[in-house]
Amino acid sequence: MTRNDVLAAPVTAPPGTRTDRPRRTPATALVTWVRRGGPHHLVFLLPTLVIFGVFSWYPIVRSVVMSFQKTNLAAPPRWVGWHNFVFVLHDPLLGTAVRNTLWFALLALIIGYPVPLVAAVVMSEVRRAKGLYSALAYLPVVVPPVVSVLLWRVFYDASPTGVFNTILGWVGLGPFPWLQDQTWAMPSLVLAATWSGAGGTVIIYLAALLSVPPELYDAAEVDGAGIWRKVWHVTMPQLRGVLFITLILQIIATAQVFLEPYLFTGGGPANATVTVLLLIYRYAFQNSLGGNYGAATALSLMLAVVLALFSLLYFRLTKSWSQ
Amino acid sequence: MKSTYRAAAFGLAGAMALSLTACSSGGNASTGASSDGKVTLSVVSLLPGSEQAAIDAFNAQVKQFEAANPNITIKPVEYEWQAPTFAAQLAGGTLPDVFEIPFTDAKTLIANGQLANMDKQFHTLPYAGKFNPAILDSGKGSDGKVYAIPAKNVYGVGLHYNRKLFESAGLDPDKPPTTWDQVAQDAKKIADANPGVAGYMQMSQNGTGGWQLTVQTYARGGRIQEVSKDGKATSTLDDPATVEALQWLQKMRWNDNSLGSNYLLDWGTMNQAFASGKVAMYTSGSDVYTSMIQSNGLDPAIYGLAALPLEGSDAGVLTGGTLAAVPAGVSTAVKNAAIKWIDFFYTGKLVDKDRAVADAQTLVKDKQPVGTPVLPMFDKAQYEQNQEWIKQYINVPLDHMKSYTDTMFELPLVGEPSRHTQEIYALMDPVVQAVLTNKNADIEKLLKDANTQAQNLLDQD
Repeated sequence: MTRNDVLAAPVTAPPGTRTDRPRRTPATALVTWVRRGGPHHLVFLLPTLVIFGVFSWYPIVRSVVMSFQKTNLAAPPRWVGWHNFVFVLHDPLLGTAVRNTLWFALLALIIGYPVPLVAAVVMSEVRRAKGLYSALAYLPVVVPPVVSVLLWRVFYDASPTGVFNTILGWVGLGPFPWLQDQTWAMPSLVLAATWSGAGGTVIIYLAALLSVPPELYDAAEVDGAGIWRKVWHVTMPQLRGVLFITLILQIIATAQVFLEPYLFTGGGPANATVTVLLLIYRYAFQNSLGGNYGAATALSLMLAVVLALFSLLYFRLTKSWSQ
Repeated sequence: MKSTYRAAAFGLAGAMALSLTACSSGGNASTGASSDGKVTLSVVSLLPGSEQAAIDAFNAQVKQFEAANPNITIKPVEYEWQAPTFAAQLAGGTLPDVFEIPFTDAKTLIANGQLANMDKQFHTLPYAGKFNPAILDSGKGSDGKVYAIPAKNVYGVGLHYNRKLFESAGLDPDKPPTTWDQVAQDAKKIADANPGVAGYMQMSQNGTGGWQLTVQTYARGGRIQEVSKDGKATSTLDDPATVEALQWLQKMRWNDNSLGSNYLLDWGTMNQAFASGKVAMYTSGSDVYTSMIQSNGLDPAIYGLAALPLEGSDAGVLTGGTLAAVPAGVSTAVKNAAIKWIDFFYTGKLVDKDRAVADAQTLVKDKQPVGTPVLPMFDKAQYEQNQEWIKQYINVPLDHMKSYTDTMFELPLVGEPSRHTQEIYALMDPVVQAVLTNKNADIEKLLKDANTQAQNLLDQD
């Protein structure tokens, strides 16, 4: 058989392939969809679609639209092009807010990042009442954030009779101004945020520590490694993946810090704790006569782009590790 | 198959978008008029976290109103006007049907179409023509119609002080300071005698820093904004009087150490600090006594109110007040019900003897304050007449307020700045905070920078 013969030969398609079936019309497609349980799928999907639609997608689309408008939500909105973005980029407070947010993120890395790791490693070494320690570590996460802030505000009372100042006074330290000073305010916020947020990460680390094969520790012990060498040469390398993921998640979370500066200091003293998110809030709501919603959504959008890049990095990394 | 899903998803999304549009146009959906002529009216009740006795007194008033107006059901909503929360409530359409706003905000809210036109309803009040025209004007639109109605209070700022702390420092509580230097001296004596107590303190947060700095500026003869005859507004935040006010504050903070240790206070937290004896003196509206009794458990025995020290030519006392308003878009039935409530709860008792007495009796029964000094909403004669009607029910310590009440009608009153008021107040907050938290704060530079930003705002008009 020549090459041409092969091409000319009638093609016998195997049964069940496309050419066998009658032509699909929209009606038959619908019938097939219904027969195969399509409506059921849709019903099951519906709650998710509605919830995401109402609480995520619709607000996202609205914010994008609003970032190009001037509106007070009462009168009809007016299209203003890139004006809102230009306004935000020219605001002298934007630089302060970005610097403060980065400062918060850095302090959170220095103060907040190692705390849960150390706590988890120590807790995993404890032989008795492990559950009790886990519960204690997680307890602050259960406390409603507003309650924890109010609690810490009492602790941070800057008078010599304040809780922290009294305790530190016993060892001859202080009194410290805590939230009432431009230099001290941000570290104070980070300390409180670490207390209330560390518990969740401790649990993640504890779970990761359980997955470290015990043979590795046994082998290290046989080789004469002490506790610190075991931690450094066995535990840390095994936790590398989790550590990196929590790092990225922490950066994403700290870039969006709002609750602490809003409730502790309202951005003060003298704008020392104004963060990007607090600035967005101020654009939208500081003026009782209806805020600059356009500027607020424009800055939100810019922040979202930056955070999306971090999220992308996170997805890439988790994907490559899970393979 | 995929395309079918996609079509279904788009259809669904479209339906949802439509339903959302339908929802968002609803406005104050929780209240309104029903077909049987019954109206549910949501109204401002008390500050969140008020004492039970105050809530009882309020509920008693609601019962009286509902008995007299069987077709109206009142739905009380706790409320504290704060610039940020008000903006959010306004944007979200969650304000009650009758809400309160400061004088300074009404004109813009009216121009923005956010307040209901209450002109027709207002003119049904038998005493509509008696209002002080200058006060009534703050609630009128450019069309001359009444949108917001003077209610609750008109205040002049006074100096509130703690008599017990005065005594503890060897000061005579019946002789409060009459100059700012004396305020500073007394504050130092009180702070020295009571460690941890602020001898004097000034609000600094949520726009109140700017508000109270303006009080200080006025009291020294300065102004923070000038509006020329052609309508052009000039910001004068760097007025020498403001510089002087901040230098005075700076000296008390860093030389005398008499301002305590909490420098981030707003209206609510300042009242709390004062009522709990953490702050010995501060400036605020003359009527704040009422809310400190209702919400902060203030002991009347420790309370004193003095006239604001005035220095320099053209010095004045900042005056402001509260208007009652109804959101745009409500039905006529709701507006008609709203004016009845405004008449009952806010204004009628000021001009009608029987109602004045009934109101005072209800309040006194639950040990709520009667007779807190405010400025007259109508005229001085009407105010004095009203005080006469309720004389036997007055339970506020008027003896402790003599320094204020003796001169309250002679004080030169100056209204708040008229343009971008709350935004400019917010710009001044960080200036006050900087002086309170940074020893080397450069007052003139801080004011100059804030002034540039304020002028930018004014130039937008």
